[in-house]
Amino acid sequence: MKLKVLEGHLGEISGFTKPKVEYEQYETPSHIAAVALYTMQTQFEALESKLVLDAGCGPGMLSCGASLLGAGTVTAVDIDGESLDILKENIEFTEVDNIDIIQCNFLCPEMYRCENYFDTVVMNPPFGTKNNAGIDMKFLKMGLDLSCDSVYSLHKSTTRSHIQKRIKEWGVKGSVIAELRYNLKSSFKFHKQHSKDIAVDLWRLHHS
Amino acid sequence: MLTSKCLRGVVTGYPLAINATIINITEVDYNPEFITRIIPKLDWEVLWRAADSIGHSDGLPQTIEPKFEENNEFLKKVHRVLLEVDIEEGNLVCPESGRRFPISKGIPNMLLTEAEVQ
Repeated sequence: MKLKVLEGHLGEISGFTKPKVEYEQYETPSHIAAVALYTMQTQFEALESKLVLDAGCGPGMLSCGASLLGAGTVTAVDIDGESLDILKENIEFTEVDNIDIIQCNFLCPEMYRCENYFDTVVMNPPFGTKNNAGIDMKFLKMGLDLSCDSVYSLHKSTTRSHIQKRIKEWGVKGSVIAELRYNLKSSFKFHKQHSKDIAVDLWRLHHS
Repeated sequence: MLTSKCLRGVVTGYPLAINATIINITEVDYNPEFITRIIPKLDWEVLWRAADSIGHSDGLPQTIEPKFEENNEFLKKVHRVLLEVDIEEGNLVCPESGRRFPISKGIPNMLLTEAEVQ
């Protein structure tokens, strides 16, 4: 599938109807999702015929995209039931058939039953800016524990040196494989500007 | 999809028992390469018992044969039970506590209440 076609499909996917601030529900823009997924597949063959996990999937932009790019199965996990209802609609709309949804807390210890199970873990984790500092790193670490190959994750570029430090501590390898711009529409009341451009890195972490 | 609903139960107690009230069969593209690759990752006995408990173990052997990757008929059966049999409504039941996790519209809800998380 060509990048433009993928982006076209993802552009028609519904987002959060009422984003919840406690979960930092920022949508993954379709352009970012398309470029990120396309890079994973074309450069690293990380999606086609792979066992994929989308951690904190929300309405499923990454899940649907991964499935469209030929994933073997996608397990989509989120704590918020309303987002998963939208994902369900998006799955029907996109006509993909191999996304398995589970409502649960991705950071709960029971997730360790899936240790090293997934080939590829994709995520656009909460940035950890609203009273839950560090949650992005917890997502990343859990993603690593559940994958036997690699984790692809979106992070604000301002956190780059911090992530580099953590990667060293964890004893894994990682690098930024794409630099993207995230046009964040003001989705919450406390946002003063109408929209804001944020530099975002697509990281690839893998077990050495 | 049974893949994650029973195999590696994402909750306390393992394996979870399945109570299915509505089962849907949806056709999914068959990818033998993918199925071959995930079989070694599965807890086969648990999968077989889960499939059996919902009446879908027909023709599925209780143990994996050597050279299963050459047996296309076997791979197709695994494909069916893993990807095409879906529990639309029902419960997953923890074998230790009896706690029920509802499956609604195909989505199992594994969230514990705050009192359950110690």
